[in-house]
Amino acid sequence: MSDRILMQGNDAIARGLVEAGCAVAASYPGTPASEILSSIDRWRKTGGATMHVEWAVNEKVALEVAYTAAICGLRAAVSMKQVGLNVASDPLLSAAYLGVTAGFLVVSADDPGPHSSQTEQDSRLLAMMAKVPVLDPASPAQARTLAGTGLDLSEAFGVPAMLRPTTRVCHASQDVDAAPFVPPAREVRFVRDPSRWAATPVFRRKLHDRLAEKIAAIAAWPATAPVRHGPDVRAAKAVVASGVAFAHARELFGELGITDRIALYQVIQPYPLHAAVIDHLLESYGEILVLEESAPVIEMQIADRRRVRGRLTGAVPGTGELLPEIVERVLSRFVGISAPEPAAFAQGSERRPTLCPGCAHRSSFYAIRKAAPAGIYPSDIGCYTLGINLGAVDTVLCMGAAISQAAGFDYAHRLSGKRVDIVATIGDSTFYHAGIPPLIDAVVQGARFVLVILDNGTTAMTGNQPTPGTGIGVGGESTVVVDMEGLVRACGVRFCRTANPDRLPEFVALLKEALVHAREQGVAVVIARQPCAMVARAVGGTASGAVVITAECTGCRHCVDRFECPALVFDEATNRVRIDEMTCTGCGVCVHVCPVGAIRPASAGEKRT
Amino acid sequence: MSAGVGKPPLLRQQIVLSGVGGQGVLFLSRLLAESAIACGFPVLTSETHGMAQRGGVVVSHLKVGGFDSPLVRRGRADLLLVLKEENVVLHREFLADGGVLIVNARVPADPDPRLQVHTVDADALALSAGARHAANLILLGFAIARIGGRTAGGFFCGAEEIRQTLSRRQGVGNSRLAASLSAIDLGIAHGT
Repeated sequence: MSDRILMQGNDAIARGLVEAGCAVAASYPGTPASEILSSIDRWRKTGGATMHVEWAVNEKVALEVAYTAAICGLRAAVSMKQVGLNVASDPLLSAAYLGVTAGFLVVSADDPGPHSSQTEQDSRLLAMMAKVPVLDPASPAQARTLAGTGLDLSEAFGVPAMLRPTTRVCHASQDVDAAPFVPPAREVRFVRDPSRWAATPVFRRKLHDRLAEKIAAIAAWPATAPVRHGPDVRAAKAVVASGVAFAHARELFGELGITDRIALYQVIQPYPLHAAVIDHLLESYGEILVLEESAPVIEMQIADRRRVRGRLTGAVPGTGELLPEIVERVLSRFVGISAPEPAAFAQGSERRPTLCPGCAHRSSFYAIRKAAPAGIYPSDIGCYTLGINLGAVDTVLCMGAAISQAAGFDYAHRLSGKRVDIVATIGDSTFYHAGIPPLIDAVVQGARFVLVILDNGTTAMTGNQPTPGTGIGVGGESTVVVDMEGLVRACGVRFCRTANPDRLPEFVALLKEALVHAREQGVAVVIARQPCAMVARAVGGTASGAVVITAECTGCRHCVDRFECPALVFDEATNRVRIDEMTCTGCGVCVHVCPVGAIRPASAGEKRT
Repeated sequence: MSAGVGKPPLLRQQIVLSGVGGQGVLFLSRLLAESAIACGFPVLTSETHGMAQRGGVVVSHLKVGGFDSPLVRRGRADLLLVLKEENVVLHREFLADGGVLIVNARVPADPDPRLQVHTVDADALALSAGARHAANLILLGFAIARIGGRTAGGFFCGAEEIRQTLSRRQGVGNSRLAASLSAIDLGIAHGT
């Protein structure tokens, strides 16, 4: 029995932070970073550490809360996905100038592909813009180590540091060694110094000079210098890689048998790249191939266009994830061996994601199309983005934009003298995150639209983290519950009604009422409140509304296409719909959907299809 | 890399698990990964999270033995476990020549001269056993019975290691554990 523990990359990052004496941790959930914070809280309990751990309302707040601990002498960390870093970039860029008095690590998880994100952006570029050092782990085990190294680095130079894992690190799992937890023996100590912590532009200029000096020194810090792997033989060519691209390359070096012909370096700190290593690479090798995700951050810093191959030269594809098949092809070409032509994956019709069986969002979207069939439907980031399958999502831009876009659609159409019904949808977590300022703005500007807040009481997409309306914290402790209706009214909204969307006919009627208000008087808000079906299932509460499909089913596909419940399956052989008992939750909503009444509640013990 | 005592040094096994969100692909890959560690092997997995978990295609990669990359390349997998029949066409290309394809399907999957193919209707077995969320464990039990555990060309571990990992994860005496163990046994019975 091994004493190594299976850890997901996010568990390993969390473990590394708690082992290194992190005292304050904050986050807003987002794939692939979501599991870091809940894991920090689990390790905190395991290690008996005293910490403040919080799901913050958004990434900006999370960064500011954690950063402030780090100017009070306590180690701190904030975690988020890469687009969350956009939200938190304002405090990050300023905090780089002001610095810290204890280690502060910003964990920003990138998603090359992208698998579950709006963009493939590279957080390392934002680190470069902010002038903060960034570390790039290749595996869960290395992510655990570098979490501690990042806090050390931050503390040694008094500057925020970034850890940039990618999806293939966050959501890889590996057997990882664990170190004992060190209880942080630190006293809070905030030294008042307004010329630093509240610096005006004249001081900021000096702080910028200091930051440039720190970055130059970090580019010579031994602990994060690139590492050469394999035998120390003379080679004409070198591969310089970071992150999981390094892991793919290292495995391929062994398989291709090129370990003693080509030098292989792992860059651990892509920015600032170690100055002496740049000189060494350019002095030692005729050709250098850079493998990194997803922007050419290392490649840009080895500034010799004639000898460096990478994304900028077209040797590596300019977009998309560096899958191992791609690394194999790029590497083989660089080394001059024939690359195997990989078998192409069949272009099958890959099943698209869909709202869960029993999900109340499905009812809301169905009702929205019933109430405003010719409407425009701005939406937002969450499970309910999948309302696109139901034809009830027209736009998705970024967190909170459903509300500002709804206002924008209204103003644009009114300028042309056109009237259109606009029904925006936003989840409860997203509303708290970034929906309040645009709602105030829309009310003040007299925008005319209906906003449906899809309130399932949880941040479902990322694994059911609590929202400010849930009333529980990261560790299950009770918190204050924010009153959503009160909040909406305080934004100046005069029509605010709450209903259960699974009561479909009543909900359609309410939406029509809201539309009348919106057309005549301005923003109307409908709160569609029904718990997430996954949460309901987890607590054992299954609905009792089992249904049957009667002989009247004409095979018109209305329920399959417009309601799109995975438990309603069209059977091509019989040209009828049947209920999939593996997935049906018995919510009973589809009874209201069938245009010929062929779906009806089941009697006790009745066969269902 | 850990130098586990008694570790067969040359074992390198690459497994791909395929299904759709909600079928327990992730649970299965973690169960196998923990069993690998218990057997003294280093292990790397790669999981699918996020939007795809809402009924979309979910894939886990599992590499047992000395590997660096968490992903299995096309044409390299020794074993492909498919919980949703329609995914066979999507993920068959992961398998190496001579690889083993285990499919949860109503009717036997088409034979493939390149592969060894085994089919079981794990959904029907799960429903009839009153455990509709246990098709994943039934498929695993079936796979172990069909190709053998801890043998040349077989699984990196046997049914006993899987049972022990389930006991560690779910706690002896727990009703979920009893259900999980009977799902494994049901799969084994249909694979033997």
